[in-house]
Amino acid sequence: MKIKVLSRNPDDYARETKRDIQRLPRNYDPSLHPFEAAREYTRALNATKLERVFAKPFVGALDGHRDGVNCMAKHPGSLSTLLTGACDGEIKIWNLASRDCRRTIQAHTGFVRGMCVTPDHSNFLSIGDDKTVKMWSLTSPDDGEEEEPVHTILGKNIFTGIDHHWKDPTFATCGQTVDIWDHARAEPLRSFSWGVDSLNCVRFNPIEKHYLASCAADRSIILYDTRGSSPLRKVILNMRSNVIAWNPMEAFVFTVANEDHNLYSFDIRRLTSPFNIHMDHVNAVLDLDYSPTGREFVSGSFDKTIRIFPLDKGRSREVYHTKRMQRVFCIKWSLDNKYILSGSDETNVRIWKAKAAEKIGKLTPREESSQSYNDKLKEKFQHHPQVRRIARHRHVPKEVYHLTRQTRIMKDSKRRKEQNRIRHSKPGSIKKKREREKVVVAEQE
Amino acid sequence: MADEEDKSGAGVGKLKGSKQTKRAPRYFDDSSDVTSKDKHENEKPSEGKSEDKKKSGKKRTSAPDGDHADTKRGKESWDSDEEKDPFPGEAPVKEETLARYTRGEGNKVKMRAKTAGPKLERKTMEKKFHLAAKQAARAELLLGEDHGYLEASDDEDTSQLSQTDIADAVDISAAQKHFDLKLDKFGPYRMNYTRNGRFLVIGGRRGHVAALDWMSKKLLCEINVMEGVHDVKWLHVETMFAVAQQRWTYIYDHQGVELHCLKKFNNVLKMEFLPYHFLLATASSTGFLQYLDVSLGKELVAINVKQGCLNVMTQNPQTAVVHLGHANGTVTLWSPNVKEPLAKLLSHVTAVRSIAIDKTGTYMATSGQDRYMKVFDIRAMKPLQVYRMSAGAGQLAFSQTGLVAAALGNVVEVYKDCCSNVAEKPYLTHRLRNNISGLQFCPYEDVLGVGHRDGFTSLLIPGAGEANFDAFENNPYQTKKQRRDYEVKMLLEKIQPEMIGLEPGGVGQVSQLTAQEVEKREQEAVQKKFEPARKKKGRSKSLKTVQRTKGVEEEWRRMKVRQKMREEEEKRKKQQKDQKKKEKWGSALDRFQRKDN
Repeated sequence: MKIKVLSRNPDDYARETKRDIQRLPRNYDPSLHPFEAAREYTRALNATKLERVFAKPFVGALDGHRDGVNCMAKHPGSLSTLLTGACDGEIKIWNLASRDCRRTIQAHTGFVRGMCVTPDHSNFLSIGDDKTVKMWSLTSPDDGEEEEPVHTILGKNIFTGIDHHWKDPTFATCGQTVDIWDHARAEPLRSFSWGVDSLNCVRFNPIEKHYLASCAADRSIILYDTRGSSPLRKVILNMRSNVIAWNPMEAFVFTVANEDHNLYSFDIRRLTSPFNIHMDHVNAVLDLDYSPTGREFVSGSFDKTIRIFPLDKGRSREVYHTKRMQRVFCIKWSLDNKYILSGSDETNVRIWKAKAAEKIGKLTPREESSQSYNDKLKEKFQHHPQVRRIARHRHVPKEVYHLTRQTRIMKDSKRRKEQNRIRHSKPGSIKKKREREKVVVAEQE
Repeated sequence: MADEEDKSGAGVGKLKGSKQTKRAPRYFDDSSDVTSKDKHENEKPSEGKSEDKKKSGKKRTSAPDGDHADTKRGKESWDSDEEKDPFPGEAPVKEETLARYTRGEGNKVKMRAKTAGPKLERKTMEKKFHLAAKQAARAELLLGEDHGYLEASDDEDTSQLSQTDIADAVDISAAQKHFDLKLDKFGPYRMNYTRNGRFLVIGGRRGHVAALDWMSKKLLCEINVMEGVHDVKWLHVETMFAVAQQRWTYIYDHQGVELHCLKKFNNVLKMEFLPYHFLLATASSTGFLQYLDVSLGKELVAINVKQGCLNVMTQNPQTAVVHLGHANGTVTLWSPNVKEPLAKLLSHVTAVRSIAIDKTGTYMATSGQDRYMKVFDIRAMKPLQVYRMSAGAGQLAFSQTGLVAAALGNVVEVYKDCCSNVAEKPYLTHRLRNNISGLQFCPYEDVLGVGHRDGFTSLLIPGAGEANFDAFENNPYQTKKQRRDYEVKMLLEKIQPEMIGLEPGGVGQVSQLTAQEVEKREQEAVQKKFEPARKKKGRSKSLKTVQRTKGVEEEWRRMKVRQKMREEEEKRKKQQKDQKKKEKWGSALDRFQRKDN
C-alpha cells in the first residue's frame, strides 16, 4: 500500500533572509476564492469612494496681474512656460514648475486680445485693442534693457483673435476680416470676408494645416482654406459662438463654445447638425480647449465654473470651481494632458489637475498596478446604482445648483408643451424635431 | 578549401534539417551535441545530409562574400540547435482543468447593435475572459505541493488501515500530526480550526476552553469558564474566538481574556462564522437564529425560526447561506435579509442530526435519526445519494477535497467520492473510546480533528486537505505583520449582509428582465389604494369616505379573484382539450410500442 500525507517543509514558505520579501504562493482555483463578484463589487465601491476622497483638483494659483486675465497661450515646446495677457494690456510669462513670473511686458494699451507662440519657439505674437500686432522675442532682454517688440504691425481695425500656422511662418488674425499674414511682410497676404462686420475667434486646423475656422458675431461659424481666395462654408447657429477649437487628433472635428450655455461638436463632413451637444453650463461658455489626446475638452464659462467634457458624452464628467474664482475668460489644457490652466476675471491664473483624484508625481509599480486594477473595477461596476451615485456626485455653487434646476424645469415644460401641441394637432401636421436638429439655422456655401 | 566547404555545407544542411523538424519533431538525433556531430558527418555523411549539401552549395554561390557568409551561417546553425525547444509553443491545458476556471459560457444573446463596434468589443472581451481562464489553468503547473493519497492494491482494503499504520508509513513531521489529547475531566469537547488550519480551539462541555497552535503544540491559552460550553468558534483571525456558554455567548482573545459578553445571544447551541461578511450566526435552544456583525459589534437580526430547539447548523461557504436542521426532518436555508426561510427541504422522516456542505457549495450531506445519510445537490435541491448507515451520524464533515467524515457513535467513518458516485465502503475508519461530539477536517492539512468525551484526537486522513493554499486568502505560514495587514484588508472588503442570497454571483450578473417587467414588478409591489374624490357638501363625511373606500377596495379584490378564477378555468379547459387530443391520437412515441400488447 502506498501512503502519502501532506507534509510541507516550512522553509519553502518562509523568506530566506530578513531583507527578503515574504513568499506568497498563489492558487487560482475559483473554489478557494468564494464571493468573487461580491468582493469585487465591494472593492469597486471602496475605490469609487476613495476617488472622491482624494479628488483635490486645485494645484495652485499664479497671482500678479492687475486686471482680469483675458487670454492665454501655451508654449508648444516647453511644458513649464505659460503666457497670459490681461485686460490692462500687460503680458506675463510664467514658469509653471516654480509658479513664478519670469517676465512682465506692458504690451498694449487696452486689452490684450490674443497671443500665440511661433512654431520655431523663438517669438510670440500678441494683438490688442490698440490695433497692433506685436511680435516679441521669447528670450528675455539683458539687464537694464527695456522690453521692445521685435516688430509691430499697425492694422486698420481692432484685432479680436490671432492664431499661428502650425508649421509655416504665417499667422491669421480676425477682426472685421480674417487676414493671413506672413512674418516678413507688414501687409496681409490675403483677406477673407463674408458679409460680417465682426469675427471673434480664428483657429488653424492642427492636422490639415491649411484649414481655418472662425466664429462671427452674426452667430455663424465660417470655414476657410488658406490656399483659396474665398471662404468655404458658413453655418449659422441659434446664438453666437464665442470660441472654436479643432480636435487635435481628428482633423474633421471641431467644437464651439456657444452663448446659449452649450457646446456643440461638429463633423465638417456633415454640418447640418452637430454630432453632439454638450450641456451642463448654466451661462455663456467663454472658452474651450481640447486635451492633446482629443478625447476630452475643457470649457470655462461665465457661470464661474470649469467643466470637462468627454467628446462622446453630452454631460460633463467634472466641474471645478472655487469661492474666489470669477468669470473664466480663458482656459487651456496643458500639453502633457495632466493640468488645466484657467484665467479669470479676478486677475488670477489657476492650475488644476485634469484628473481630480490623480496623484502628482511618479507612481511606484505597486501604486500603478493597484490604480489600474481599481480603474478596471470602477469601469466594470459603473452602472451599479450605488457606485454611479457616488462617482457622479459633485458639489456645485448654490447659484449653479439653482440655475441647473431651473433650466431643467424650463426644458421639461418646453418638452411638455411640444408634446401637447403634437397631441392636439392633426396627426403629421407638426413634425417632431430632435434636439440636435434645432441647433443649426442655415448652412451656406 | 574543400574541407571548409564541406564544413559549411554541413552547417547549412543542418539549418535545413532544423527547419524540417518544425514539421515533424525529432528530439534526440537532431538536438545532440553539434561539434561531435560535425565530426561524425565529416567522416561519414549520410544520404540525406549529402542532399542537403548540394542545396547548400547552390546557396553558397549566390552569397556575395563567401567566407564571411560561411562563418555567419555556421553560427546560425549553432544557435538554432542550441535554442530548439523540445516542447514548442505554450504548455497545453487540459479541457477539464480549463472547465474549472471558466466562469460560465460566453454571451450567446444576439446583438442588435447598428454598428460593428459593440460586437467587436464583446468579442474581444470574450477572448480576454478565455485567455484569463486559460492562463489561470496553466498556472496549475506552478503549484508546488502534491495531494496526499492512499493507494491500495486489489487485495488490500484501505478501511482496515489503522492510524498507527499510517503514522508509521509517513515521515516524522507528518506522523506528529496524529496525536491524542487526554482530557477526560471536562468532556465532551467541541472544536474548531482557524481558516488557515494553523490554530485550534477546543471547548469542553464542563467549561474547559483551550486555544493552541496544534502543529507546534504551543498553548495559546487555557481557561475554565465555570459554566457549560456548547460551542466554540474562531472569528476572522486567530486572536479572537467566540464561546457559546450556558447562558450567554462570550468573545475571548487568544490569551483567554474575556472581550465581550453578548447578552443578547443567550442559550446558544451552535455557531457559524461567515468570514467574508464578518457575521457570527448563532442558533439557540429558544429557536432563534441570530446574526452578530463582528466588525460593528451589533446584532444584525434575530429571526424566530419557529421550529423549536435549533441544534443543527452549518453554512454554505460559497453563498454564506445558513442551513438549519430540524426535528421534523426538514432542512431550512436562511439569509439575514429575509425572516422566512429561503428554501425548505425535507431530507429525513425523523429529526435531522447533522448537516455538512462541501467547499464548492455543490453538495450537502445530511444525516438523520433514521440512520440514513443523504447527499443533495444544493443548486438543484435534489437528492443524489442515499446511504444506510449503522447508526445515525451525529456529526458530519466535508474535507476540502470532498471526503465526508461521519461520526457514528464512537466510530469515525470517512468516505471518498460518495457524492456523485456510490461509495461501497468507507475509505478509512477509526474507533474511539467514547461518543464523538465534534468533527472537523483541518484546512490545508491531511488531518481530521475529533472532539469526544475523553478529549481531542487528531487523525491522519491522506488526501483530505487542499495541498496548495493561496496566500492571499489563507496562509498557514502567516507572520504577525501579514496577519495584521490581512485583517485590515478583510475589513475593507467586508461584504454587506444584504448581498447574502442563494445566487453566489448575484451582484456580478446582469438582470435579464426587460424594462416593462421591472416596472410591472414595481407596480405590483406597491399596493394600490383608492382615494375617494371629494363630493358635495354633506356627502364627504369621514364615515362616508371610509365606507366608499372599503366598498371600492372590496370590489377590486373581487375582480382580482374573478380574474384568477377565469384564468384557472381557461387553463383547466386547455388541459382537458389537450388530454382529449392525446387520448384520441396518442403519444408520438406510441408507434414504437409492441403491437401484441
